[in-house]
This record gives sequence, structure tokens and C-alpha cells, in this order.
Amino acid sequence: MTRPAEYPPPFDSREFVAAPSDSPDERIDVGVLIVGAGPAGLACAIRLGQLMEDDPSLAERLGEVPVAVLEKGKGVGSHLVSGAVVNPRGFRRLFRGRDVRIEDIPSFGPVQHESVYFLNSSAATRVPTPPTMKNDGNFLASLSQLSRWLAEQAEAGGAMILPETSAERLLVTGARTVGVRTGDKGRGRSGEPMPNFEPGVDVTAKVTVLAEGTQGHLTGVALDHFGLRGDNPQVWALGVKEVWKVAKPLDRVIHTLGWPLRGGRKYREFGGSFIYPMGDDMVTIGLVVGLDYRDAEVSVHDLLQELKTHRFVRKILDGGERIGWAAKTIPEGGFVALPRRLHAPGLLLTGDAAGFVNVPALKGIHYAVETGRLAAEAAVEALRPGRTPWTPGALASYDRSVRDTYVWNDLKRVRNMRQAFANGLVLGGAMASGAIATFGKFPPGNRPTEPDAEVELIRPKRSAKYPAPDGKLTFDKLSSVYLSGNKTRDDAPNHIRVRTDVPEELGLLWERMCPAQVYEVKEDGGETTVEVTASNCVQCGAITAKGGRLTPPEGGSGPEYTLT
Amino acid sequence: MKIAVCVKHVPEGTTHARIDPSTKRLNRSGEGAINAFDTHAVEEALKLKEAEGGEVVVVTMGPQSAQDSVRKALAMGADGAVLITDDAAAGSDLVATTTVLAAALESEGADLILFGQQAGDSDGAVLWAAVADRLRRPVISQVAELTLSGGKVTGKRQTEFGYDTIEAPLPAVVAVSDAINEPRYPSLKGIMGARSKPQRTVTISELGVDGGAVGEAGSKTTVEALNDPPPRGDTVKIEDDGSAAEKIVDYLAEKKVL
Amino acid sequence: MTTLVFLEHHEGELLKPSLGVLSKAAELGGDVAGVVLGSGVRDLAAKAGAYGAAKVYVADAPELEQPLSQPRVDALAKLVSEQGFDSVLFAASVLAADVASGLSARLGAGLNWDLTDLVQQDGSLIGKRPALGDSVYVDVGWSSEPRLALIRAGTFDPKETGGEAQVEDFDVQFEDFSLAATMLEQAHAESEGPSIEDADVIVAGGRGLGAPENFKLVEELAQALGGAVAATRAVVDSGWYPYATQVGQTGKTVSPKLYIACGISGAIQHKVGMQSSGVIVAINKDPNAPIFEFCDFGVVGDLNDIVPKLTELVRQRKS
Repeated sequence: MTRPAEYPPPFDSREFVAAPSDSPDERIDVGVLIVGAGPAGLACAIRLGQLMEDDPSLAERLGEVPVAVLEKGKGVGSHLVSGAVVNPRGFRRLFRGRDVRIEDIPSFGPVQHESVYFLNSSAATRVPTPPTMKNDGNFLASLSQLSRWLAEQAEAGGAMILPETSAERLLVTGARTVGVRTGDKGRGRSGEPMPNFEPGVDVTAKVTVLAEGTQGHLTGVALDHFGLRGDNPQVWALGVKEVWKVAKPLDRVIHTLGWPLRGGRKYREFGGSFIYPMGDDMVTIGLVVGLDYRDAEVSVHDLLQELKTHRFVRKILDGGERIGWAAKTIPEGGFVALPRRLHAPGLLLTGDAAGFVNVPALKGIHYAVETGRLAAEAAVEALRPGRTPWTPGALASYDRSVRDTYVWNDLKRVRNMRQAFANGLVLGGAMASGAIATFGKFPPGNRPTEPDAEVELIRPKRSAKYPAPDGKLTFDKLSSVYLSGNKTRDDAPNHIRVRTDVPEELGLLWERMCPAQVYEVKEDGGETTVEVTASNCVQCGAITAKGGRLTPPEGGSGPEYTLT
Repeated sequence: MKIAVCVKHVPEGTTHARIDPSTKRLNRSGEGAINAFDTHAVEEALKLKEAEGGEVVVVTMGPQSAQDSVRKALAMGADGAVLITDDAAAGSDLVATTTVLAAALESEGADLILFGQQAGDSDGAVLWAAVADRLRRPVISQVAELTLSGGKVTGKRQTEFGYDTIEAPLPAVVAVSDAINEPRYPSLKGIMGARSKPQRTVTISELGVDGGAVGEAGSKTTVEALNDPPPRGDTVKIEDDGSAAEKIVDYLAEKKVL
Repeated sequence: MTTLVFLEHHEGELLKPSLGVLSKAAELGGDVAGVVLGSGVRDLAAKAGAYGAAKVYVADAPELEQPLSQPRVDALAKLVSEQGFDSVLFAASVLAADVASGLSARLGAGLNWDLTDLVQQDGSLIGKRPALGDSVYVDVGWSSEPRLALIRAGTFDPKETGGEAQVEDFDVQFEDFSLAATMLEQAHAESEGPSIEDADVIVAGGRGLGAPENFKLVEELAQALGGAVAATRAVVDSGWYPYATQVGQTGKTVSPKLYIACGISGAIQHKVGMQSSGVIVAINKDPNAPIFEFCDFGVVGDLNDIVPKLTELVRQRKS
């Protein structure tokens, strides 16, 4: 039986590490360069703005462009997807003593009620909310919408936000990260420059902060290049969600376990769904499934469609209309999969890209905000007069401060829960409860993670059960990609590194796995090959977990999420 | 030489564009971007500037968020911008809009005024001729190839019947089609530099336009109602039993499309 | 209601879309007149009587010989002001759009465009038009007179009522700026068939064709129908047909009177490029193809059998 890892993609991190090559006239020099305008990157930018306000000499030291944030999406929030139920702790700390009120943060209000249900194909049984999933004091938000507000705060503090700009290569001289090279624009399908070809440019900085989110491209490159990977590989889940206009307001935050996922060692379908209100007239529903599933025909998008046919869910969506769809991976390895170091000379790693997600609590945004804030402080610390951020250890204060915060302690406490579920729902549940009850002391030690791509595949004909899309409650992948706002030009170069001469089983795994219908198995005179329609890609990152490698496409392409 | 380019800030993507049922006008409060057709006009202006020298000014009328579209044009290489923004102007139709644009363009004193082929949000392809009439200048539309020489502009343009070549002396108004060029990607330097380029914001009264000539008050057309699209009618679906071709021909004849 | 209809002409013929608008105006009632502008066009003008014009105004001047918009604005402005028409209707075309728009500015008169219908509703004239990619239909009106309207070409069919029109000449004083533009070269008859955006008939091919060679079937049918050939993103991506013919979200948007989709599944990325076509016929082997949800006439079958037969039958009908 095939393992995706047997067919590694044509990808080498070395291709994405280079010395600066632009002349001083051509290149752009900034003080602190942040890659990614998500909560981590923007919190970092906001904190830098605050520190510059407190100490004007800092702004001078940082230069003409003190803080620049690169964002590969069309706009801020275009590539951001979450539930989301947000713990305000990160924001409270970020805006403490400042002129910004927590009430100003765009949200859909505090969580008022919550319920957890266990589903089988016909019924929904309420179960007690596990302690890790209690959401008192948390608020509901669209991460995409929230990020645009954060961007305004960052700009008000002096940061320059540069959308439609991808960071393709890490610029390194010796052991020191000196910036990034942005991606080219205007290349044709085979990489040839077209009439409006615009080459990327070297952006150099005193400190580079990577805040790229899940499957961060340069983060992966940096982990390889600087040997920062921990002992345990990262593992991911794929989340697919929709936003619906609804006729009846939903009064509670809902999580479900069970159907249509199959627990147990045989299938290893770990995950569940969330259904969150977004004000009185909208609801978001999503399904998250670990990518270590074994059935080659699992399609998270189609499982979400199947979930919606459950009586319990139908009632919520009845009379409504789908207005949004999104897909994105979530790092699930937790504590044991964190890098062994979060910095290198001139470089800092933050947020989801570094793996700061609390899977049992389904929380990562406040960790992103907190680590982004701490990265700003470490950068400034290392830029004090007489100091430089690239001497060995100059940025070590970042690692120390992260270890001191609740981020580290939270993750450590729940560290074996996800791995426990590899043993199935019942046994896993018991172990998970044990972990919570003992504050992480049981099960003892650090249970290892197994890379998603090493999981052996089986084919029990799952796809026969997926509902045929009816265009009202259930939908096909292509119309969903359309709804994501994806308008990537068809003749752009393929940004997905993947082998196409693979066994049919692996091709089918990708075909089903991908929520955007990028991969299709084709017969070509007895040989199976995989056809890649890269322009459908919504950059969820699933392919990287399962034998391929996603690299950033041309800046500005991909989905244009607004309410996700 | 001074070239003015008129651009429009339109709601982002038809998937999100919604008509506000209370005003029956397009909801322009959400995310927006520069009308894709106008980027060809900006590109053409930049090419002319690169060949002949001079300056390119971008003119737009819209809500404050139209700044984003203005910045994009500046990032591409335009030299300055004028944003006409005034609550009084919301809901302006063609008559009201062109009154304002003409006033702004008059004060810019450009040799050449460029427009894009149509507006993505209203599918209108009518703005430039009205502006040209108000400014009392010659107009050439749907231009797919533009040349400038000896104080004259020559446009090769597409009509239903093929290509015309029309020549007009400067100052002139030209609307370019999307076939004319491939708009450049702004460089990162361009994007970063856009902020510091001169941008003026003006109100209706600063242009010397009377409040009664703009907005709903100054508009001569109205939106009466919004309806669902008429149903397509029943679909006929058959399986081919060898006679499908005949059935299709009969159907086409019946529908008078054959 | 007193209506003036702009009658466009080309190479000695009054254009069908203009005559269609004229017939519609006659149907709406009131006094209906046509106007023909050009050089040596008096004989042409009289023909408009057969389609519902009681009177046809003619301005015959060398300045109007070339199909330029601005001298026509001068002519119509004078005519409308002198005769006091409350409505002026145009069948949309490149020329008509510029004329209508210029006239709107000259007279300060409201202009509604892209109309697919005109009705009398509660004593007012109401235009109907699609918006936002056909997802909503809007009723538009005018708050003053004269009312100017640009009607989507081909919306109304000409109806011969066999009447006679009184032809009346009028003079025009042209503005200097209206005469500044000159036409160096004028467009002639169609070269190799219409481009897909202008075509009344489009035959499109998708992946269901099976191989690039099979586009021949599509081409032959298009030729028999006097239409253009279009392609889907999938086949353009595979290099079977040029990008210029791609219809869809990332290609062109078309709305011909007839769209025949051969071997096209009808994914939304394609649908948004052609959904407002007049009549949509689909031929596809897969009975579950989404295109069957929104076409008018769907055939589940093998296009390799059906399309050649269809081509042959069309040729017979036309001869």
C-alpha cells in the first residue's frame, strides 16, 4: 500500500535561500521586515509602532521605512481563514495602556452559550463540554475582517503594509538573515517572462520576522536551512468552512464530534466540526480533519457537504444561503512539534508558522498575537544602540520570553492530546481527559508525532457516500472555489511542486484531499498521471502535508476571502 | 505633455457585489478595487509619458475608499492624483457624474484625457463622450491602438464592422479598449512610493459645481425597483435517439434563432 | 409620448437593431419618428416608414458622411430641442453609445443603457436591464425629459407594418470641436467572421470534444450558422484553442442570441461568461453535467454523432 512520502516532491529548500543580488539602487531597505499580514505579523507591527511612539530614536534607527509587512494575498485578509472564537487575552496585552479599546475590535460579540454534540448519522447527542473547549470570555470574529482592522492600527503606528507581494526567497549572507526576495510577476505558464514581466526585488532588513501562517513557505525553508526543526515533525489538519446567511439567528457556539468522521485506528479520522454565529443573520460552519487519515478517498470538502445533510445541521441552515467558502490547514503537532529554536541571527518565527496552535482548545489567534508582540520586543531589544540583531544569541531573548508566557505553558499542558486521538476516539478521549485532569502530566513524556505523508493508505470506497451537490445545501468544489473569490490567472506558472508520475492511489488521494479540485488523475495510454490545475489552488497547504510542496504563487493571486 | 486618466473605484468582484435594497444602488462600502478596464488606460498613459515625456494625473470620483484605486494607479507610475469625494455626490447618474468630472478635468488642463472601456460595476460604456461634449473636445472611443504625433492623436478602434482609424488634434478625449495593452504590475518601489506622491482631495463646491447638480438631486435617471432575473423558462432535456439533431434545428427555428 | 428613434445605417442599409427599436417604439404608441443622419441618405430614410415611423427626419450633409459621433450629437440636439421629443431611443452600438452619451451631456438629459425591455408602467416609461452579471434585474426610469435610452442590440425584432413615412429635411450647424476628429480609414464588411464578443451566434467546445482535432466539428457548425467559435478554460489550458476564444470568468463574457455548448460541463467559471446568452443549447454525454441546469435545450448524447448532423441540417435550411 502506498505512502505519499515515497514520492517526495521536486523541492529543495536550498533553491529558496540566496544572497542579495540587487544593486543598492534597486533593492529596498527597511528596518523590520514582517512576512505575513495575519494576526502574528500585524501584532508585531503594532507593537513596533508602540515602541517607536515611546522612543522616537528607535524610529530613526530603523530608517526611512521602519516597519514593512509583506502580504501575498490581494489584500489584508484575503488568505486568512479561521472559525473563529478568539481569546481576547492576546489583544488585551497588546493594547494595554494604549489608546485602543478592546470594544473597538470588530467582532460578532461574546460567546454566550455553547454546546458540544456527538453525532451519528441520524441523531445529535449533547455531551459535556470538555474543559479545554470552554469559551467563557471569548468573542466571535471573522479573522479576515479582524485583520483589516489590525492593519489599520499597524499603519497608524507607522508600518507600511504591502499586499500582492510574495516572499519567495530568504536572503542570507553567512549565517545571517538579511531579508527576503519578493516573487516575480508576469511570468507565463512555463516560467517565461511576459511583456509585463516585473521581477521581484531584494528587501533587506535588520530583522526579518516570519509570520506566514500554516505551511509558511520561508518558515519551512528556514527550519531546514538553519537546522531549527524539533525532534517531531509537524502534522496538520485540513479545515473547510462555509459562511451562510441564515433565517434564524444561532444563539450558541456549537462543536460536534463523530459522524461523518470515523473514529478508530483503522481510519484515523480525527477532528470535528464547528458552527459559530456571526451576528444575527450569519453563521459559519466548518469541518476540521487531521491529515493523517488513512482512507485515500477522504474529501474534507465533501464530508462538510455530508455533514450539512444531518437533521441537526439542516435546521440551522434552513432558509439560508451560502455566501462564503474557504479552506486552510491548521498545524496540529502542538508542543512536541515546535521548532527547537525560534530564532536565528536576524530572524524570528511567530504564530501558526511556528506551530503555536492549541488543538484541543481550537485556539491559535491569541498565541499569534502574543508571539508577534514578543518578536517585536526582542527585535527592538537587539537593536539598541551598540547592539546588532545578527550576532549569535542577540535574538535569544525571544525564545526566553516565549517560554515564559502562557503560550508555552498552555501547549505543554495539552501536548499529548492530539497524538492520543491517533488511538481512536474512545481511547483517545480517555487519554485526553487524563491529560486535562492531570494538567498534562499524564500521559507522561512527549508522545511523538508521525508525519502525515508517512501514513499508509487504504481504499474502502468512501466516495460513494458523498452527497451529489444540489446547488442549494450542498455544493461542488468548483463553485466553491469561485465563491472564494479566486481569480488566479490561468497562464500563471504552476506554484505547486508535486510529482505527477505516481501510482493511481496516490493521485486519487490528492484528487479527493484537495478542496479546490487542483489534482485530477488522468489515464494516458495505460499510464496514470496527475493533471495539476494550479489556478484553482486556494493555498490551503494540504498538499505539503501529503507528498507535495506548496510554494507561493504570484503575489495577489489566490482566494479573496472577506468574511472567513 | 499632461495626460489625465479617469479611473473608477468599483466593488471587488461580482461574487461579493451587492445592491443595497434600501437605496437600490450598488453597495460601495465594502472592499473595492480599481476598475480593471481603467488599468489599461493608466498603462497607456504611462507608455505615452515614457515615450514623450510629461506627467500623468489620475482623476477619480468616489467615496474615500477610492484612495485605494488611486494608489494603485500611482504605484503603476502616475505622478499625482485628484480624488473628488463628497457625500453630496453619492448616487450621481451619468449627467451628474460627468458634470463633476468635466469640472475637475477642466481645471487640470490636460492635453489628453483617457478613459477605460467600460465600468465593471455598471457595464456602462458611455462616460467619455458625455465628458468630451462638456469639455468641447473631440473624442475617439474603443481604441485598440494609439499613436501620438505632431499634436494629433490617432486611434485605431474596433466597431461592429471592423476597424476605423480616427485622428483628432489635441486636446482630445480617448477611451481605450482592453485590447490595447497589458497593464504593468506595480513594482514594490512603486507601491511604496505611491503614498508620497501628490494627492488632492476636492469637494464638489471646491470645483465650482452646484450641489443641486450632483447626487440624486442632480441625476436625471432613477432606479425604480430590483427584481429577480426572469426565470430562464423550462429546460428541455432529451436523450439522443438518433434524431437529436433534427430536434435541435426545430427548436432553434421555433425560437427564431435560426 | 413623442419618440425619436436613431436609425443607424451601414453601406446603404438601415441596421436591423435600429429597426427593431423603431418597431418597439411604434408598439409603445404615441408619435414615433425616425432620424437618419449621413450623406446621400434620403432614399434610405423613406424605408423606415415600413417599420412604424410616421415621419423620418433627415440631415444630409458632408460632415455626416463618416460614422463619427460628435456631428451627430449636434444634429440630434438641434432636432430634439426644436421638435420637443420626450424620448430618444438608440439601439446600442459603438457609434450609438457615443452619440447617446454626448447628447445626454448636451441636453442635460438622463440616459439609461443596456436595456433589455421598455414598458409603460403607471404612466411612466420604465426600462429594464440586467445588472451584476445577470444576478439582478433593475427597473430604471427618468426624472425629466427628454428621456434617452440605449437598448441592447438585437433585443427587439423589426416588424414590418407596411406604413409610409413623411420625410423631412433639417439643417445642422456644427460645432467646431465636433468636426475636429476625422476618419482616416473606415471599417468595411466583416473580415473573417465576427469576433466572439460581437457574434450573434457562438458555438463553443469543451473537454468533452475529446481531442483538439474535434474542434473541426465546432468550426464547421459555427460556419454553417455564421457564428464564432469559443472555447472553455480547460481546452485553452491544454492548448487546443487560443486564449482569445476563451469564454468564462478569466476569459471573455459574451451574450449572443444563440450559444451552443459542445462537450462543456458548465462549471460556474464558464457559466458566468455566457449565462445571459439568449438561447443556450447544450450537447454533453454526461447527464449530470451542471450545464443542463441552466441551458434551454439540453441533449444527452454523443456530440460526434450529433454535431455533424446538425451542421448538415443547418446548411440545408439556409440554402
